[in-house]
Amino acid sequence: MYSNPLEEAARQAQICNACRYCEGYCAVFPAMHAERAFAEADLVQLANLCHNCQNCYSACQYTAPHEFDLNLPGVLAELRQESWEEAAFPAALGRAFHRSGTMLALALIAGFAVLFLAARNLPGDGEGFYAVLSHNAMVAIFVPAFVLPLMALGVSLRRYWKRIGGGRIRLAHLQNAFGSAATMRNLAGGHGDGCNFQDEDRFSHARRAMHQAVMYGFLLCFAATSVATVMHYAFDMPAPYGLFSLPKLLGVTGGILLCLGTLGLLRLKTMGRPELQAPDVRGGEFGFILLLFTVSASGLLLYMLGSTPALEPLLALHLGAVLTFFVLTPYSKMAHGFFRLAALVRDAQRKLG
Amino acid sequence: MGQPDTRHDIAIIGGGNAALCAAITAAEAGAKVIILEAAPKEYRGGNSRHTRNFRCKHEAPLSVLVDSYGEEEYFDDLLQVTGGRTDEALARMVIRQSEECLPWMEAHGVHFQPSLSGTLSLARTNAFFMGGGKSLVNAYYRTAAALGVEVHYNAPVSHVALDGNRVTRVDYDLDGERRSIAPRAVIVASGGFQADIDWLADAWGPPARNFLIRGTPYNRGTVLRDLLDQGVSSVGDPTQCHAVAIDGRAPKYDGGIVTRLDCVPFSIVVNKDGQRFYDEGEDVWPKRYAIWGRLVAAQPDQVGYAIIDAKSANLFMPTVFPPIKADSLPELAEKMGLPVGAFMATVEEFNAACGDASGFKPMEKDGVATSGIEPAKTNWARPITEAPFYGYSLRTGVTFTYLGLKVDEKAQCRTESGPIENLWAAGETMAGSILGKGYLAGFGMSIGTVFGRIAGAEAAQHVQ
Repeated sequence: MYSNPLEEAARQAQICNACRYCEGYCAVFPAMHAERAFAEADLVQLANLCHNCQNCYSACQYTAPHEFDLNLPGVLAELRQESWEEAAFPAALGRAFHRSGTMLALALIAGFAVLFLAARNLPGDGEGFYAVLSHNAMVAIFVPAFVLPLMALGVSLRRYWKRIGGGRIRLAHLQNAFGSAATMRNLAGGHGDGCNFQDEDRFSHARRAMHQAVMYGFLLCFAATSVATVMHYAFDMPAPYGLFSLPKLLGVTGGILLCLGTLGLLRLKTMGRPELQAPDVRGGEFGFILLLFTVSASGLLLYMLGSTPALEPLLALHLGAVLTFFVLTPYSKMAHGFFRLAALVRDAQRKLG
Repeated sequence: MGQPDTRHDIAIIGGGNAALCAAITAAEAGAKVIILEAAPKEYRGGNSRHTRNFRCKHEAPLSVLVDSYGEEEYFDDLLQVTGGRTDEALARMVIRQSEECLPWMEAHGVHFQPSLSGTLSLARTNAFFMGGGKSLVNAYYRTAAALGVEVHYNAPVSHVALDGNRVTRVDYDLDGERRSIAPRAVIVASGGFQADIDWLADAWGPPARNFLIRGTPYNRGTVLRDLLDQGVSSVGDPTQCHAVAIDGRAPKYDGGIVTRLDCVPFSIVVNKDGQRFYDEGEDVWPKRYAIWGRLVAAQPDQVGYAIIDAKSANLFMPTVFPPIKADSLPELAEKMGLPVGAFMATVEEFNAACGDASGFKPMEKDGVATSGIEPAKTNWARPITEAPFYGYSLRTGVTFTYLGLKVDEKAQCRTESGPIENLWAAGETMAGSILGKGYLAGFGMSIGTVFGRIAGAEAAQHVQ
């Protein structure tokens, strides 16, 4: 939408700073009002602080057709997107997968193929899905697929932190930032009635709730895998596990939350106004939510149909989707969680010193 | 044109705060209400969309308001700005009722927030709308829609037919088509006439053509004039408007809050001939910004130029447009189109008249004054010496007009021969009864809310 989002964000922020009516909605405005002029570091930070609740847009006296033509959620979305792509390591992968749902789909097919071939050609060594693919083979595939992207993400975050001029991080900063993320405070709307995402100026908690279902669902699934790893190595208790085991309780709950949350976010995204988001990456965003849905739905199916002949293709689909998800973490919408957290830490530094 | 449509109990002319308060109140009382809003949906809400707070009496902390703000203090504040040109009974009624309005507003969807950064002085007296007036307007439209209120946008009213002491018909346009309705009661809440530049120029004089209109371009006073022409009683000085000095680069209409300039006390202000014309440091800015609207209006071409130096660049609220900046004063004069020689003489004379500035205190009257020049600068007088230098042009920005419909404590309009039995008025269009002169921040919204609710209740009772 904007040929130079940075310049445009500076123009709009100057107008906002002379008005200040939106101060109570979210963290963006107090951070903005603390400045008098806006440097690149300030604007990139504001962009990543913005959760796109769109309350300020509905409240704004200066949106089009007014000649000031403010669209703060839109310009910050574009700037935020640009900041992720610029920080990505390598940057070309960031551009490719953020923008294109097709690229994500191709990556998913590749992930599926890798696992399918592995299942077909590598020997199994146990019960359940280990009969299809041995534990050691899974470890050999997933450890590098988990660790290498995290290292790439680390490089990105360092680049980002430098760009916004972040300082030394204290425990209090982290507490403050994680507190905001845990409750998604910035989607509560300031007044606690939520945001304007899907139906003009009507306030709703739908997006906040769906986002948290996805976030906590994901964390529960991650916890399930972590617990299972500890049980496997420390207590010599390999999978499969019964329903009332910790890995299953965490994993099934997480999977259901993730499924429902991703479906909810997809629905909300179709209702939202594209011009208040970053239109160029819409395909990539839909693709990413669908990928997460595939991860969770295939995981649940695997649990339900694990003793049928569907086990092998479902396992390949699930592990393939997980593989794709891991590998693309630094280059897809998944990265936003890390940048957002960095922005919240930076904002805590501003507030707490 | 066929028979007028009679399906509606109450027609409300206008779509801002007062109109919406009236509509909601009447609809809750069971009346079938239609709102005729001249603006398109994007610009609905009249000047209410530019407002930011509501001045509210309270005996104890209330919602976001701290401490207390009693009736006497509130009324004194009002008397100070109006110089006594206020109807005491109506004013006290608004003040008293403002307290019960705040919880009513919250119950009807309005969210408040603590007073904004840079407005701490209002934390006790004014409750700020979260998101500003447009978010209040949005909330009321949602509430009204849920109550079954019908809204027509792009629906300017051209005529309200008065027959003796009754309104019989309302004519309006909708999408270029003339329509007529015959509601049983009518509430006028369509603001003043400040956006009609011809009318403004007739009232004030030709300089008004150079004024900027701070609010909506849709307040053209069509209904006000139509009713006055039919003998409805008026109130308020027909020649006067409330005007302040704003950024000269602001749009002709609808610039709103952001176009204000708070730099004057720290500046020298010259006219287009490079001459100073008034004490820039007479008082703190909120108490003087209205005076400067008139002062600038009296200068050639209705324009002024405020000049500051690097020392003062960060002492006031950020501005909507960056200032014009130069490394030397002659360069700044050139960039601003001022006569360099005359301007430099003015600055040099001013600088020489500045004395000891060590007592400079930006937030209060500090008595740091010039000596031996006319006009003097009686506070914050520091020489303009440190590069870079900054300049802002100043123009007169009209907020509202004072002429309006005369109402009683029931918001009812009248002619010389007595009350009009089914016509009420609320908001800016009748505020001249209470605000004869000057302005008190957030009081317009108090008048609109109190009289909107009264008008809605009275009209609903009339049609029952």
